[in-house]
Amino acid sequence: MTTPQPLDPFKNYETGAFYDEMVDSSGAIRPHYQQFLKHFTGLSPEEFAAKRTAVDLSFLRQGVTFNVYGDSQGTERIFPFDLIPRIIPAQEWEHLEAGLIQRITALNLFLHDIYHNQNIIKDGTIPAHYVMSAKHFRREFMNVKVPRDIYIHICGTDIIRDDKGEYLVLEDNARCPSGVSYVLENRRALKRTFPEVFEAGGVRPVSNYSEELLKVLEYTAPLGVAEPTVVLLTPGPYNSAYFEHTYLARQMGIEIVEGRDLLVRDQHVFMRTTKGLKPVHVIYRRIDDDFLDPTVFRRDSALGVPGLINAYRAGNVSLANSIGTGLADDKVMYYFVPRIIKYYLDQDPILPNVQTYLASEEADKKYMVENLDKLVVKAANEAGGYGMLMGPHATQAERNEFRKRIEADPRNYIGQPMISLSRHPTYCGEAEGFAGRHVDLRPFILYGEKAAIIPGGLTRVALRKGSLVVNSSQGGGSKETWVLYGNK
Amino acid sequence: MLSRVANSLYWMSRYIERAENIARLVDVNLQMLLDFRNLDDATLNAHWIPVVQSSGDEELFRKLYPRTTGQSVTDFMVFNPSNTNSICSSIGQARENARMVRDQITAELWEEINRIYLFVNSPRAKKEWRESPFDFFSTIKSSSLLLQGLTDATIVRSEGWFFIQCGRFLERADKTSRILDVRSASLPEQGSQTVINQTDVLGWSAVLRSCSAWDAYKALNGAEVQPALVAEFLLLTDDFPRSVRFAVRHLNTVLRRISGIREGRFGNEAEKLAGRLLAELQFSSVDDILAVGLHNYIDLLQGKLNAIGEALFQAYIFQPFQTPDDNELRQQEEQQQQLSIIRTVGLR
Repeated sequence: MTTPQPLDPFKNYETGAFYDEMVDSSGAIRPHYQQFLKHFTGLSPEEFAAKRTAVDLSFLRQGVTFNVYGDSQGTERIFPFDLIPRIIPAQEWEHLEAGLIQRITALNLFLHDIYHNQNIIKDGTIPAHYVMSAKHFRREFMNVKVPRDIYIHICGTDIIRDDKGEYLVLEDNARCPSGVSYVLENRRALKRTFPEVFEAGGVRPVSNYSEELLKVLEYTAPLGVAEPTVVLLTPGPYNSAYFEHTYLARQMGIEIVEGRDLLVRDQHVFMRTTKGLKPVHVIYRRIDDDFLDPTVFRRDSALGVPGLINAYRAGNVSLANSIGTGLADDKVMYYFVPRIIKYYLDQDPILPNVQTYLASEEADKKYMVENLDKLVVKAANEAGGYGMLMGPHATQAERNEFRKRIEADPRNYIGQPMISLSRHPTYCGEAEGFAGRHVDLRPFILYGEKAAIIPGGLTRVALRKGSLVVNSSQGGGSKETWVLYGNK
Repeated sequence: MLSRVANSLYWMSRYIERAENIARLVDVNLQMLLDFRNLDDATLNAHWIPVVQSSGDEELFRKLYPRTTGQSVTDFMVFNPSNTNSICSSIGQARENARMVRDQITAELWEEINRIYLFVNSPRAKKEWRESPFDFFSTIKSSSLLLQGLTDATIVRSEGWFFIQCGRFLERADKTSRILDVRSASLPEQGSQTVINQTDVLGWSAVLRSCSAWDAYKALNGAEVQPALVAEFLLLTDDFPRSVRFAVRHLNTVLRRISGIREGRFGNEAEKLAGRLLAELQFSSVDDILAVGLHNYIDLLQGKLNAIGEALFQAYIFQPFQTPDDNELRQQEEQQQQLSIIRTVGLR
């Protein structure tokens, strides 16, 4: 009989040339991970394996899955989940929180200005043609008053850390950011897996997200409606985020509707219920602008509600997020966000951007096409890791292809230096054990009566060795994110 | 409750009931053949065509299959995807409807629907059907009963439940009458003294077995199978859960639970028609039915059941918006505004 050996996860662990979230350059464990590791290293490898299997099974059984596009079988997969949480000490979180609130405040002021007086253009801070040529700029919405002047109610901002550990903003998702259900479900899973750590205290809760979101939605209701009816508008069960839609609707206790459940009469929105038509006041829409209303945007949209935009303009229904917020997450606008913050708030950005080159500026374009092997090139309006070139890892042919595309349509491309994303110890199968994998962070910011951020977020991890792509659609996984009350 | 959700729950329940009824019908008729001698094409035809007719798909069947055999009929009624009433199609539709309202039903119910769906679409299902039809059909029937039990045991008794019940009882009344219709041609004329032959006795007991009514019938009427009594039992018995009267009585009750209208009154077309049909079934004797002719009676009955389904749809699912006349103008103004927006878009 041998006594089970406790886990010694970091015996052969190498941080490499990267900033590691858990282990500092001298090989010592950072203070805010020590409490967790005390519990974690007490596990035997068998116990760890059992906990892993239990978590995966529970996700599959509950249908915490996403649909894979372009797969006719309608395959549902679980989003791989790594048991070791990413931990953020209070001091770092305060810094992040301040930076994110500053950013969403400035972006909301920016959108209001752009859709009204356009002072920022008149003052020459942003060249007009960048705004007018943005794919998601909605000129139909010029001079439309939106409830409480809030454009972005829910924002999912992607944050990364460079090789010095500095937090940088990679992009803003100001349209329909998804992923928050994983934050909530991951927390529930980890609480079941490591109850003793949570008992010891120190981790801030995230479970009030749904309540906060409902508060924001109710706050934006049309004036004069005392008890607004809030609904979540989904594209339907075949959408990749359908699980999240049903999850949030159930948590908030609101109806989940499809476009065909709604109709517009006299510029008011109603839902068809078995008791007749019932008025709807606030729509948390998880459908892109383009599909919202076939009489205004894409005429072939079968997902939308004819007349919805008119009802919105008339102030009889509120939408979250508002129309045209995609302008703020255009990757060219991203370049101007530090200036936007300075212009409206007269502050320096607390969270810096990644250095960015605009292909439509002659000097930048020259630099980009000459240095494609050092740069990451992104299409201005694509999300989910599509339409992207990872210069240093690409083949010559791929680089040539992008060179052609940049020359043909410079407005649509930006370049950024390859950032060595920070890494985090991650379980990588029996052969490799625990190894460093690149991570990012997507906190969710709510903007209603005041800005609020749930302490935590979705930490995505690139499970493939050396990969920097963390999207769920491209072989990424997720981790729990713990924000501590203190610094250790 | 959203109309779309009510609609999905209603159809989910109808399709589950449909699959089970077809399974029993085909299973019983397959077994019955074991008692026959001299199985030539004409006998087979006479035996199977009424079964195909009962689902109303004879034309499609003749187009798809050159010969009428147990093999071809079961393939048509069990697996054929182009037959929208086959067991495979019904289970597929039940699952599709359940998927749309997955957040409204229990995980247990969803998992079982999913399991039976995966089973009928697997190669294992065809293999089992070829090697042991009995086992195959009992798998389908048990799953359907399990689904009904899960529904009863886990669904909250709110509006959604009533729509599930509506679907179940409307489908059941329809299917029971169709199964009875399979042998309606062999019913002796009213008043005639002809003694029915052995084949017909088997045929009529198959009707009872297809409705799981054999034991209940025997307990009431003794072991002798008399066609008129079978028809009476399946149409007019008040307390046998698969009889038409029982199904319509429950349908009538759940319709009123949805709207809150008392018995004896009606608030919409569906309630009016259901109440009227129930009264007719309660105040009819088998002689009244035979006077009309069994087949004719069943034909009329099915028309009435369809009308109730249609009225239910009109009352709760498809709601035309009541527009006062003076709104007409305002609506056109709105359309004008929309046109000007489209024009702005066109400029881009």
